[in-house]
Amino acid sequence: MAGTWIVVEQRDGNIRKVSYEMISEAKKIGDEVVAVVFGKGVEGQAAEYAKYGADKVCVVEDDVFANYNTGAFVAQMVAMIKEYSPNAVLFAHTFNGRDFASRLAQKLEQGLATDAIAIQLSAGKGIFTRSIYAGKALAKVEVTGSPVLATVRPGVCEVVPGAAAGAVFKPAIAATAADVYQTVKSFVPTVSARPELTEAAVVVSGGRGCKGPDGIKIVEQLADLLGAALGGSRASIDSGWLGHELQVGQTGKVVNPNLYVACGISGAIQHLAGMSSSKYIAAVNTDTEAPIFNVSDFGVVGDLFKVVPMLVDNLKK
Amino acid sequence: MKVLVCVKQTFDTEAKIEIKDGKIADAGINLIINPYDEVAVEGGIQLKEKGVATEVVVLAAGSDKAMDAIRTALAMGADRGILVKQDTAADEFARAVVLAAAIKAENPDLVLAGHVAADDGSSQVPTRIAEILGLPHINVITSIEIAGGKATCSSEADGGTQVTEVSMPAVISSQVSWNEPRYPSMKGIMQAKKKPVATVDAVAADSKVKIVDLSLPAAKQAGIKIDDDPDVAAAKLSEWMLNTVKVEIKK
Repeated sequence: MAGTWIVVEQRDGNIRKVSYEMISEAKKIGDEVVAVVFGKGVEGQAAEYAKYGADKVCVVEDDVFANYNTGAFVAQMVAMIKEYSPNAVLFAHTFNGRDFASRLAQKLEQGLATDAIAIQLSAGKGIFTRSIYAGKALAKVEVTGSPVLATVRPGVCEVVPGAAAGAVFKPAIAATAADVYQTVKSFVPTVSARPELTEAAVVVSGGRGCKGPDGIKIVEQLADLLGAALGGSRASIDSGWLGHELQVGQTGKVVNPNLYVACGISGAIQHLAGMSSSKYIAAVNTDTEAPIFNVSDFGVVGDLFKVVPMLVDNLKK
Repeated sequence: MKVLVCVKQTFDTEAKIEIKDGKIADAGINLIINPYDEVAVEGGIQLKEKGVATEVVVLAAGSDKAMDAIRTALAMGADRGILVKQDTAADEFARAVVLAAAIKAENPDLVLAGHVAADDGSSQVPTRIAEILGLPHINVITSIEIAGGKATCSSEADGGTQVTEVSMPAVISSQVSWNEPRYPSMKGIMQAKKKPVATVDAVAADSKVKIVDLSLPAAKQAGIKIDDDPDVAAAKLSEWMLNTVKVEIKK
């Protein structure tokens, strides 16, 4: 084998946690771990990747890589694969990562496992566990190729500190401005003090039982006390109380935090698909028959307008 | 401007999944247009209503059953359909190759598709189609503007909203929040029966990825359930969060 390459994710110097998760996971496989960082002025990040086990850091620096763009990144990766023959290249299953991986896989006419939640790698072959039907079933898929290609779901692999050399090397730059065919006109970050839904250790969600923005405010107070991400069921998104990017479930996001708190959510099958793999689940709902209680470690039959503020007071003590 | 929308027929999102003989059981399951693709169909129809598009073609690859998905899209307002007969077990590579060949024959100005399918959750096929056709692609869009041979779209990117511009022809894939798909009217359903649908054979394409095992996730067991006064219940829930889950409190 010639190494497991991890294409790390960073924006303007902020390294996403999934990068460390993937490096830590790759370390367990035993092959040499190479963190691949694209960007401008990113060499200084090498020490960060080394802390989690990157034996080498491939620093791909050029003006053309300042922001993610499909054409230049894929052209560069094709050239590097030819030069270094990695055994596997793993990407994060993110907005940019899945675009990069899918486009690369097609260029190489190879298979690709996207959104993997478990990884087994050997020479020229990978077995990846994927959740299908938004988590209602699990599929193990075999991907062969040189390299083996996959995207990894953020939040499923554990971050394990473990220092490695992190020796920097800089490949020849093969991509040019002529490879760029998209223009990013703007990127406006979502202004939120809360963590990203798919990366949060705690998620607090509000559903139909919130009855409106006032109910959502109560749920937000609990979320902020727990340093949690805010989420919602389809009912609260369709009612316009929360933006679609906060929807948990089959046509929204699949989350797997340490703790999921469902407030006023009955637990339709589409919603359960998006959160059932959480380690701990708590639910507050007025309906004792609500399906959410079937998956809850701790269920409270009660009115969230009463229970949640009291819970907040108790937790503050 | 000709718009082509790729649709996949998927299980209803309310479907309960069961495994029989090592396969996902499909008996008695209601089939729908993948919700993300349905939004793409609506987006295409709206472009026609605005006078931006002149024709909306719907393309599906699958079994004869997928004809229902095409008819639904036609009832919503698409003009004609193409069904490419392909094994529904084909992987993302094989589906992209087959769809891309059918798209090439149509030579549309804009290809629309959902950014992900509610069944396999792969998010690969539109990107692969764009690569095969050598076209730019914008993913997970929530709005589109077409002017001067260019498409400008807002996308739901991780942690923010990205606005991207590409030259047409292009592949654009939709997020469900782009629009609210219409229900077909009775008149639309009647008209759809008369709209042309071509059935073509798939080009040769072998799957690259092999499913080696299917399973259902371990059923989560219900734990403690308290039906008591709110203050008692809140105190017990608080205790559980602090002692069992060991949550950290932000002061």
